[in-house]
Amino acid sequence: MLNYIIRRILYTIPIAIGVSLVVFGLVHLAPGDPLSAVMGEVDQKMLAEMRASFGYDKPLPVQYLLWLGNSLTGDMGYSLRTGAPVFRTLIDSAVNTMMIGVAASLLGFVVGVTMGMLAGYHHGTWLDKAVSSATITGVSIPHYWLAILLVIVFSVQFGWLPSMGAGSAASMWSWEAWQHMILPVIALAAIPCAIVARTARACVMEILSMEFVEALRARGLSERRILLHVSRNAMPTVLAVMGLQFAHLLGGSILVETVFTWPGTGYLLNLAIFDRDIPVLQGTILLLALFFVSINLVVDILQTWADPRISRG
Amino acid sequence: MKTKRLGLTLICLGTAGALASGTVWAQSKPLRVGMTLSDIPTTSGQPNGGFEGYRMTGYTLYDALINWKLDDAKGPSTLVPALATEWKVDDKDSTKWIFKLRKGVKFHDGSDFNADAVIWNLDKLFKKEAPQHDPRQRAQVAGRILSLKSWRKVDDYTIEFTTHAPDSTFPYQTTYVFYSSPAQYEKLGRDWNKFSAQPSGTGPFRLEKLVPRERAELVRNSNYWDAKRVAKSARMILLPIPEATTRASALLSGQVDFIEAPPPDFIPRLKSQGFQISSNVYPHIWPYFMSFKEDSPWRDLRVRKAVNLAIDREGLIKLLGGFAAPAAGAVDKSSPWFGKPTFNIKHDPAAAKKLLAEAGYSDSKPLTLKVMVSPSGSGQMLPKPMNEYIQQNLKAVGINLELVTQDWEVLRNCRRAGAGSPVCQGVHGINNSSATVDPFSAFGRIYSSAAIPPKGFNYMHYSDPKVDAMVEKANNTFDEKKRDQLLGELHAYLVDQAVDVWVVHDVGPRAMSSKVRGWVQVKHWFQDLAPVYVAD
Repeated sequence: MLNYIIRRILYTIPIAIGVSLVVFGLVHLAPGDPLSAVMGEVDQKMLAEMRASFGYDKPLPVQYLLWLGNSLTGDMGYSLRTGAPVFRTLIDSAVNTMMIGVAASLLGFVVGVTMGMLAGYHHGTWLDKAVSSATITGVSIPHYWLAILLVIVFSVQFGWLPSMGAGSAASMWSWEAWQHMILPVIALAAIPCAIVARTARACVMEILSMEFVEALRARGLSERRILLHVSRNAMPTVLAVMGLQFAHLLGGSILVETVFTWPGTGYLLNLAIFDRDIPVLQGTILLLALFFVSINLVVDILQTWADPRISRG
Repeated sequence: MKTKRLGLTLICLGTAGALASGTVWAQSKPLRVGMTLSDIPTTSGQPNGGFEGYRMTGYTLYDALINWKLDDAKGPSTLVPALATEWKVDDKDSTKWIFKLRKGVKFHDGSDFNADAVIWNLDKLFKKEAPQHDPRQRAQVAGRILSLKSWRKVDDYTIEFTTHAPDSTFPYQTTYVFYSSPAQYEKLGRDWNKFSAQPSGTGPFRLEKLVPRERAELVRNSNYWDAKRVAKSARMILLPIPEATTRASALLSGQVDFIEAPPPDFIPRLKSQGFQISSNVYPHIWPYFMSFKEDSPWRDLRVRKAVNLAIDREGLIKLLGGFAAPAAGAVDKSSPWFGKPTFNIKHDPAAAKKLLAEAGYSDSKPLTLKVMVSPSGSGQMLPKPMNEYIQQNLKAVGINLELVTQDWEVLRNCRRAGAGSPVCQGVHGINNSSATVDPFSAFGRIYSSAAIPPKGFNYMHYSDPKVDAMVEKANNTFDEKKRDQLLGELHAYLVDQAVDVWVVHDVGPRAMSSKVRGWVQVKHWFQDLAPVYVAD
């Protein structure tokens, strides 16, 4: 088992290097000048001088190796636009994204599982139909559109909640800090909630049709106890789906964060793209890519732990 | 705080109930400004983010030696003394300028502003070997003060500048250079990044708090040297809200008091709900700069005039909800540099057709023009519908306008590289809006043959000895009125030559709550936020 884990960790090294190469290549292949984020009105001649002073006149392979070497030591450079260290900027943004990502997961999973279980258990009733309609709507509505709709209704129309930003509350327990999170969390939670609900409903329906449920009924168990058994059997599939959704939410959403001007990784990525802030862009994409590589590694290790046949294979 | 907020996620689910509470979003006395920029402009001295950066963290935190007069909405903005009380060109050598500095001005950290501070700041920008040299700040301003050759301290409150050649527009160029505190830089360990978080200038506001990408909180500098311009608002909060709809929603929901560039389709609603809308024409032009290279149809004056006459500017302005002014040249008619052109730019499709026929174009041999446009960009207004509207106008007189849509940065690179360069992908012209704030940015850097790339922004490769001579004559004329007259003659000549397609001037709409007071929208890119406040 230990050998397997070490082997898997070693495998991630070439993957990470490959990812860094792709990230660097893509960013530098994009049209535009790497210095446009910092430049005012400068002509072609001055631009060449500026390129030299920022090191962008060096051949791309040299620039790549310098960047990779510095990144390995945690020095991802400085934002061309703000001058702030990229690593610190990324951490701040990642924390903000995690806050709404975790909250959206909790909201989405609790509501989704509850709705899905009830719909599956009451299959064919008005409740099932209502939940099914809601979940189809949930998976079909683009979340950025829902975000705009939420802003129009709850911020503009009723004036109940702020439409943008994370606020400036000094305390995390303040009502102001909460208010800024509510709408982004709802917008983010809609799709995972609907997906989890549909999965839970399908699982419950399938399990209810199994013979062991009939056996439980024959043994005189109450419907509540039967639902409990059904839930336990449905959980592995639902959890697997929830895991995937959770990873997506932690990765941040460019669209939702941009609509709400929420200072997370998605918004940071959006700004870095439009500002051509190459150090931030490279850092953000690399961080997100490594995050997914790490998630895969953890999932692989957990699966191996659960099923030792995998490591032998 | 951010890490602390993480714990909040655990109880966030309970917040749904709070929706029912119906709390109205709190109004507060600070002036909260929604910017179109995606980030807080840099605060170390020379702001990034173009002229919006100058408005937000330039003229608020800092001063230039000469500032702009920003309190009269009617006339064109002129130069006013700021950190320099007077300036004059040397009687014997017109490349030398003497600037007398204002005494008694202090930086926000309490240190003195004097000639040493001026020298230190110019070294910061232009002397690569100076320890305080900052290439980022240099990049923001180097292209705006091209005449400056050298500088020296005469005494504690006198500076002598030398320009490369006689240039009467030099005072305008000094308005772009701001002065940061050398003492604060030393105190913070000679680190410009630390200085950005705790900057020290001489402006009417001090920076109290900076959260990158989220907010900048500026507080009143009660010791500001100009008693008439002491900030009316004790606190001003700058919020970057690049998405136009989000910006308007933030205003409607009371999260901000003032926004720049409200989306045109929101304006009727904002008006109906009692919000104030303000606009004024300013030195901006939305043009097509066209190629004058050998193979370009633009070399024919009849074609140039025909295209200018084919555009229905009033219709286009209607499309923009009324928020634009028709252009009859590079500068607005109210500018002292407009002059008296004989070519009257108006919508006259019949005359356009006639001119095209004279130039040899017909239905069987139509004129085709390829123009590079961008989907967005600084000063580009609403490029897609505007360009498509013009495409229809030109079609009506028999011109095929092919729009080559490229990213804003590609368009800017094409402008820098000049017509005919590979990056321009064979287009005849570019739709790149331009500032005409000062004589150099309006004329010299665009139309002078000395500014043909790589040395300037004469994308067109326009070369006319008469224009070069007029630019030089204006640069050598140090009497302001006489120089304005010469610039008027230059502009009239350019219009008569129909050098560009001049379409509209932006009018920079702003929207603000009914409680905002003191806002005067002047005819300029820069605006003064010091007198603006939110009434109780």
